[in-house]
Amino acid sequence: MEYKMGDYEVAVIGAGHAGIEAALAAARLGAKTAIFTMSLDAIGNMPCNPSIGGTAKGHLVREIDALGGEMGKAADATFLQSRMLNRGKGPAVHSLRVQSDRDEYHKEMKHRLELQDGLDIIQAEICDIRTDENGALKELVTKLGAVYEVKTAIICSGTFLHGRIYVGDVSYESGPDGLHAAIGLSEALERLGIHLRRFKTGTPARVRRDSIDYSKLEVQAGDEPIIPFSFETPREGLKNQVVCHIAYTNEKTHQIIRDNIHRSPLYGGMIEGVGPRYCPSIEDKVMRFSEKPRHQSFVEPVGLHTEEMYLQGLSSSLPEDVQVQIYRSIVGFENVKIMRNAYAIEYDCIDPLDLKASLEFLKAEGLYGAGQFNGTSGYEEAAAQGLIAGINAARKVQGKEPVILDRASSYIGTLIDDLVTKGCSDPYRMMTSRSEYRLLLRQDNADQRLTPIGHEIGLISEERWQHYLHKQELIEQERKRIEKLTFGPSKELNEMLESRGTAPMETGAHASDLIRRPQVSYKDLEPFDTERPHLPDEVTEQVEIQIKYEGYIQKQLIQVEQMRRLETRKIPEDINYEEVRGLRLEAIEKLQRIRPHSIGQASRISGVSPADISVLLIYMESCKEK
Amino acid sequence: MNGTFSGDTIAAISTPVAAGGIGMVRMSGPQAFEIADQIFVSVSHKTVSETGGYHGLFGRLHDEQGEIDEAVVFVYRTPRSYTGEDVVEICCHGGIYLVQRTLRACISAGARPAQAGEFTRRAFLNGKMSLTQAEAVVDLIASQGQQSAQAALSAKDGAVFQKIHRVVDKMLGVSAALAAWIDYPDEDIDEVSGENLNQSVMDICDSLHTILKEYDTGRVLREGVSTVIVGRPNVGKSTLMNLLSGEQKSIVTQIPGTTRDIVEDTIRLGDVVLHLADTAGLRDTDDPVEKMGVELARKRLNSSYLVLAVFDSSEELSAEDLELIEKIKDRPVVAVINKTDLERKIDVETIREKIPHIAELSASAGEGVQALEREVRELLQLSSLDSSSGIIANERQRACVEQATKTMDEARQALEVGETLDAVNVCIDSAIDSLLELTGERASEAVINQVFERFCVGK
Repeated sequence: MEYKMGDYEVAVIGAGHAGIEAALAAARLGAKTAIFTMSLDAIGNMPCNPSIGGTAKGHLVREIDALGGEMGKAADATFLQSRMLNRGKGPAVHSLRVQSDRDEYHKEMKHRLELQDGLDIIQAEICDIRTDENGALKELVTKLGAVYEVKTAIICSGTFLHGRIYVGDVSYESGPDGLHAAIGLSEALERLGIHLRRFKTGTPARVRRDSIDYSKLEVQAGDEPIIPFSFETPREGLKNQVVCHIAYTNEKTHQIIRDNIHRSPLYGGMIEGVGPRYCPSIEDKVMRFSEKPRHQSFVEPVGLHTEEMYLQGLSSSLPEDVQVQIYRSIVGFENVKIMRNAYAIEYDCIDPLDLKASLEFLKAEGLYGAGQFNGTSGYEEAAAQGLIAGINAARKVQGKEPVILDRASSYIGTLIDDLVTKGCSDPYRMMTSRSEYRLLLRQDNADQRLTPIGHEIGLISEERWQHYLHKQELIEQERKRIEKLTFGPSKELNEMLESRGTAPMETGAHASDLIRRPQVSYKDLEPFDTERPHLPDEVTEQVEIQIKYEGYIQKQLIQVEQMRRLETRKIPEDINYEEVRGLRLEAIEKLQRIRPHSIGQASRISGVSPADISVLLIYMESCKEK
Repeated sequence: MNGTFSGDTIAAISTPVAAGGIGMVRMSGPQAFEIADQIFVSVSHKTVSETGGYHGLFGRLHDEQGEIDEAVVFVYRTPRSYTGEDVVEICCHGGIYLVQRTLRACISAGARPAQAGEFTRRAFLNGKMSLTQAEAVVDLIASQGQQSAQAALSAKDGAVFQKIHRVVDKMLGVSAALAAWIDYPDEDIDEVSGENLNQSVMDICDSLHTILKEYDTGRVLREGVSTVIVGRPNVGKSTLMNLLSGEQKSIVTQIPGTTRDIVEDTIRLGDVVLHLADTAGLRDTDDPVEKMGVELARKRLNSSYLVLAVFDSSEELSAEDLELIEKIKDRPVVAVINKTDLERKIDVETIREKIPHIAELSASAGEGVQALEREVRELLQLSSLDSSSGIIANERQRACVEQATKTMDEARQALEVGETLDAVNVCIDSAIDSLLELTGERASEAVINQVFERFCVGK
């Protein structure tokens, strides 16, 4: 029997990394919000790596933070080791990555949700979604029969929808980490006309800390000084608490895999789901790259209060007995004890081309999707979408325009634009190479790019806003001071220049020209720059990058300006492309399917030519005149 | 497809692309005046930017290679122009070569080749046209779009496309290696830097420069070379003209000074198209009509690209011959030693000292054309060009390759001065994007596909 249990303006289904950001953002924007989860003990769970960030993913976390999201703060509060990746390859690709304490992260996030005003946290499985006669979202129904009236809902179901785990020839219905799969929701979505497909991912085994011989492994320590993810976390007092280790597979490992490959459900054809290219199982790596003599694995601690260790790089869906053989063939792992076996998991997700750039479904008003449900992979990608979906669901309820971040603003914008414009044929992972504007989209300037937007939306506190403005002012002042600063040639200065491997100066030079030399840093000039004020690192870092990369930055800004001109030309939502005279058939099909929000987005659809865009522009203009 | 639709400055040839009296290149957009000022200097020293609307300027056009032609430039200021934007119309002498060179100068200075119907579309969007006119514009764009789509499709099978794609593959290789190394810093991937990277980038730059150069040489094959036949009277210029054109174009007599006016024809010599001009024999004369003919001949000698200088093998070199040799020795010239069927008196070696390309033939007997063909090919350096190796089909394609070349050169410079690899990588990707514009793909997709195909990466 069904019974009414309440009503919400925004309902979030799933409390993983996407759901958390969605629920917090919606509640903070004043929407009456509920978050539903299969288990309160799995809020903010990390079913795979105990880690946050990485290349491009670290950028996403900084951006989430700059907009007023939560992931960066929780990661800062619970990290065990921090590294800035790609130092030396240029500021655009510096990326933060931390090892997290998995249990602490879960507790931290659960508590943050619990402390949020206007947010109810409910353990329940949503089995049905109902719409009214106009197709607008109306109510959610739990497995127990509770009915919640809702104005909007955001699906963040991760790998739970019809989740199916594969280990060798064994397969069974399940969510991750022993949680049960969500069954009713897929059918409800299909009743709404939403087409589902199967994706696959996998995770390696967790093993006992004391069953590994660390003396045979390489050590990988964290970096100092530690830069936190959040622009609000003070840089002082942060400490690395653990090290990771690196182990390598060998020919023996590879032979075991080759001998047993017929027992893999993937090679045996049992799994139909499409796996991520960037997260291949160890058997995939060995079979596809047979010329590689070894593959590496990072041994990562899962937390301070557990003896579980995560074996990054060794995910597998081979049978458990083969897994044991594989792991034990690795030097240092001879006596390894598996606590949780590796597995592959297959799940239902959507084709993101069914979504608008706001992450609302094209054909189900009020319904949004975020995270793995949308075809992505990774905690950070999920959180980024959750944040945007949460913001937009709340704004819809409040009658405001959706927030759409463009490609030049952020990796978040790039991620969503890729999803809703190009779709994805395998789980989508963020990479720096996906952004054509990556010299602008640095992790160090995420606040400059997004905090003003976050402030306008209403997710940035007044205190933080004032701090932000002050920092920008300091950057601006110091930049102007440096631009005017000149040095005469002196023995000491020339000695410094020569010691850096760059030419001494014969006449005077602008300080900015010296900083533009790749070999010279802002700090190098300190002894000669007698009037230099004392400024925090986060300020001088910006001054230096802005001066050093000015030429490239200016060039990219010109490209951005061109792109934005097209982005601001909005296409009416109700446009019927079949009526647009002169469009080619292929273009009509693509445009009807994707329904771009702007001419800019339309121009990025493969199969829509410049001539089609011309025709479209003229049509839109003609409509205006009529 | 960056900024394809408005806000940037577009350029196109607005007269039919064929030999004609006057050719016109039209530019429209905010930088039209600025670009015109980069390639055009008026005799009055007034710049296009300071000229009021509805004005014309007379002056000279130039590009990186030097002067192109005299030209008249008409200036239209926004909103009073065809498109409603700032518009410049550059009128130069007709002929495909000059007009295309002018267009290319505009593109090198910052304009973008216009899309099909783009001027008209801008005119409409800027309110310069009514709704009914707009419907006609749509049909025009749609049909031209189809045509260019078909043209692009057929180009895909072509040698050009494959040649460009070989370079793109190399670039993708470098970019994917960089991307894998940057996006997977913790993986077991070889460091991409140092000599290898430098070498690959330099190789790519060289390949791109070669493609551009071949384009310019290949243009000669398609569009023809302006060629003048000169020599003193009665050495057989008109007989040669008639032999090459395969019909009686010029009147041939024993009387020196028969040809007065310039006789023109376009002929094919092997695989080269020559726009031939037969001229009056060069000599001092009192005959006023012949004098005008000689004057015309001298002018045409100056404006043509290729010179066929004809000498009579049955006579010794005259003072006029020697004067001619001096005058033309530094230009692309083939010395044609005619009348080889008669007893030889000429001293060929004296000519060879100044003019290395020599073809001996007998125009009246119709013998020795192959020798001439060989010398012309060699002179135009067509022999080094493999005609099946592919030449870029049109200016739009060339503009893409030129843009890619510029950006790759920047990548090379960035590497040289020691900039960080993120900047180098962005330059390479942007160069790939320019080339992929020819096929409608996108660099980021292509690079990422390569990363996963070639590198074993992932957690």
